[in-house]
Amino acid sequence: MLHLSVTELAAELSRGAFSSVELTRACLDRIRRRNPQLNAFITVSEESALAEAAGADRARAKGDTRSLLGIPLAHKDIFCTRGLPTTCGSRMLQHFLPPYDAGVVERLREAGAVLLGKTNMDEFAMGSSNETSFFGPVRNPHDPEKVPGGSSGGSAAAVAGGLCPMATGTDTGGSIRQPASFCGITGFKPSYGRVSRWGMIAFASSLDQAGTLTRTAADAALMMQAMAGLDPRDSTSVDRPVEDYVGEPGRSLRGLRVGVPLPHFTGGLGAGVEQGVRAALGELEKAGAELIDIDLPNNHLSVPAYYVVAPAEASANLSRFDGVRYGYRCEDPKDLEDLYTRTRSEGFGDEVKRRILVGTYALSAGYYDAYYIKAQRIRRLIRQDFARAFNEVDVIAGPTSPHVAFAHGAKADPVEMYLEDIFTIAVNLAGLPAISIPAGYDQGLPFGLHIIGPDFSEARVLGIARQFQQLTDWHLQLPRDTHLPRRAREGAS
Amino acid sequence: MEWETVIGLEVHVQLSTRSKLFSGTSTAFGAAPNSQANIYDLAMPGTLPVLNGEALRMAVRFGLAINAEISRKSVFDRKNYFYPDLPKGYQTSQLEFPTVGRGAIVIHLDDGSEKEIGVTRAHMEEDAGKSLHEEFATDSGIDLNRAGTPLLEIVSEPDLRSAGEAVAYLKKLHSIVRYLDISDGDMSQGSMRCDANVSIRRPGAELGTRTEIKNVNSFRFVEKAIHYEVRRQQDVLEDGGTIVQETRLYDSVRDETRPMRGKEVANDYRYFPEPDLLPVVIDEELIEQVRAGLPELPDARRQRFREEFGLSDYDAGVLTASREAADYFEQTASACGDAKLAANWVSVELQGLLNRENLSIAESPINAPSLAGLISRIKDGTISGKIAKTVFEHLAGGETDVDELIEREGLRQVTDTGEIEKLVARVIAENAPQAQQYRDGRQQVLGYLVGQAMKLSRGKANPAQVNQLLREKLQP
Repeated sequence: MLHLSVTELAAELSRGAFSSVELTRACLDRIRRRNPQLNAFITVSEESALAEAAGADRARAKGDTRSLLGIPLAHKDIFCTRGLPTTCGSRMLQHFLPPYDAGVVERLREAGAVLLGKTNMDEFAMGSSNETSFFGPVRNPHDPEKVPGGSSGGSAAAVAGGLCPMATGTDTGGSIRQPASFCGITGFKPSYGRVSRWGMIAFASSLDQAGTLTRTAADAALMMQAMAGLDPRDSTSVDRPVEDYVGEPGRSLRGLRVGVPLPHFTGGLGAGVEQGVRAALGELEKAGAELIDIDLPNNHLSVPAYYVVAPAEASANLSRFDGVRYGYRCEDPKDLEDLYTRTRSEGFGDEVKRRILVGTYALSAGYYDAYYIKAQRIRRLIRQDFARAFNEVDVIAGPTSPHVAFAHGAKADPVEMYLEDIFTIAVNLAGLPAISIPAGYDQGLPFGLHIIGPDFSEARVLGIARQFQQLTDWHLQLPRDTHLPRRAREGAS
Repeated sequence: MEWETVIGLEVHVQLSTRSKLFSGTSTAFGAAPNSQANIYDLAMPGTLPVLNGEALRMAVRFGLAINAEISRKSVFDRKNYFYPDLPKGYQTSQLEFPTVGRGAIVIHLDDGSEKEIGVTRAHMEEDAGKSLHEEFATDSGIDLNRAGTPLLEIVSEPDLRSAGEAVAYLKKLHSIVRYLDISDGDMSQGSMRCDANVSIRRPGAELGTRTEIKNVNSFRFVEKAIHYEVRRQQDVLEDGGTIVQETRLYDSVRDETRPMRGKEVANDYRYFPEPDLLPVVIDEELIEQVRAGLPELPDARRQRFREEFGLSDYDAGVLTASREAADYFEQTASACGDAKLAANWVSVELQGLLNRENLSIAESPINAPSLAGLISRIKDGTISGKIAKTVFEHLAGGETDVDELIEREGLRQVTDTGEIEKLVARVIAENAPQAQQYRDGRQQVLGYLVGQAMKLSRGKANPAQVNQLLREKLQP
């Protein structure tokens, strides 16, 4: 049953083919077997998972038909879970037990999902390879020598490796979509404001957005239907109706205008990925979509602008980790200065410290205008680029990442690592919804097709991705060593 | 040569909302340490701020009261610094786009003149917690009950020219926020805190270098701190030195200011817009709604008291300084129909009693209807002004029925002509030499004789009748 999608599992559970307890047990068994190598989970909560599963089975027996009832779920360890350790991949929060649940955690629980545990991630979501976690690197289920991408690498590896059928992630500059691409699964980032940030540990508040990691776009739609909506505890969450993501896709591929951004096909894009992405676009064209070349003239400024805005916000967001109230505290501080200095030096890893320093510098007197203000100006230009493009096209599509998963330790230079997100970052700066869906293999490793929609066009983006997955079976190809049966494509006749 | 003093004040007013600026925690004063701090106040990871709409309305209320521009769009910023009583490591404040823009406050000077003091801006921000150093041997305690309490920081233009003007401005501000019911303005509890920017210059010259005196917590200390600082700056400049721009603390025990240590002064707050809050949009509807709820303010009330009750500007000023006193007076005056007597009794007798007992007017043992009853009995001649003080003492002791106590204590003024004639006859008989002196033309002796009659009647005789009868009887 571990090879089934959420949509299929929901049907099987409701048919009574197996119980949630059986399904949950199967996930826990697989985690026990595979996690020592993949390191996808930081915390596994067997007891509570089985209790929740038993509760779901009882509820179903009484006629409960909630969409995600009894389906196992993993949360990225950035979402606070009441009474379950929430580390954010950091030593700073190694023993942190939140007395509250994140908004996303509440909603998925209310939808009936069973929480298996918390997944590994780059420390404070800062990284693109999942190598910065205090709890060790995550390995790519397709090839353990390769990284799974980051920062939601644990969630991506867990889903790709069949450890759980669905997981949450967060995406600040590509942290859902890039690992989805590297692990051959579907990763969806909604518009900024669509999903509550309450209880989600902040990296860069104006860019962070919660989303989904699943095998299929239909599964992403199911999760999103539960997660989306106004949360009055998050002032940036948006008060507008949640569309139907699960029903028939409203937008057919016939006549769909797909923008193909020139800047995404130049420079560092690998030949194999380019070929594969063009083939995927060809599939859309065959189905009646019109491909239109577009320019995003300021795209090249997105990485530098991002690496001012995100570290600036992070430098303030991470000030609260000071050893005073909770979290890591250094041994025997001799005075206040010493408490701050050693707590933060010892509690944070190098990448986090680097970004705090960059952000602090960018906000400092005399540099603020040159960096922060300029970056905000670029951000407006990037938003305008997209707005202009969406006057002509319905969605924009291209590669998620310039290449497939790379080897552990291959990107030692931070700037080289920052360029990983060159196609995804602009989307966060503009606050748009986007998805990465499996689109092929290069050198035996998967890569994704990136589809971007205008503000709050979640239903459109998910609908197009679902239709693409009816035409292709890349999303059904599981890692070789998972020993799970390969399956027929969903909806194919 | 003359020096001119230039002062600008930054006043933090604690807004009297029931909950904090960005969380639902209670702001009630005096609770056990850290019992009023929720997960947001503790800056637990993932928690987010939600602006308290009541605090915003209070800020707008203040803005409208001082005829200030209300920003249609204001922005919260993060002010970054590390301190244990600042849980998030930044204070959420407003730098570039405060809710309240330029306005003005009129102060009344001792010579009876008025002066308009510009208000540069008033911005909303959250308070920090408290560090407790006394109760712990080697460590410090942190109480976060106050962390997140809404503050309005009101910044004046450097329009104040003396410590006296500074105090008058502060008192006026105090009066306004209390009229508006947006703060209790209690300086001793820290609900109103004042930083003073002080410089001196030769008249007509450019502004001198200023120093900032931090956190002065009473009207009197503001005056003393400025006096000290002005003298200090004069001494420095007259000795050929220069003023260093710095932050200084006022030590009320030694009555001096001294520079804060380097570490107490953060230099770069790295402000940037708070991404967890959207810009605050204030529409016309909200402004009009708040405007409609504005009470009569001290200046308008002072003016009305002069016109409606015929009070002197001074009396009107004293009576309108606090909303409670003005309400009390107005209630008394309307009930007894004599504003001048009411003004006198409220500002002299009642105020004297309250000062002795250290009570506020809200805690007055005598309510306005009782005081009005007493004044009415003076007016209709039932009691004399002198006896009224006895009645007042009874009221202060907790009695409320003026007429009942006048009867019971036999304090009614004697107006029966027969009684008074007997009294006058007795006084003339017992004071024959003085009576003779009056007949001989020494008019001033009459006062003595009236006094004797009043004494004999134990104050109850009507002095006007006594006076009249004495004159008649002693007619040559």
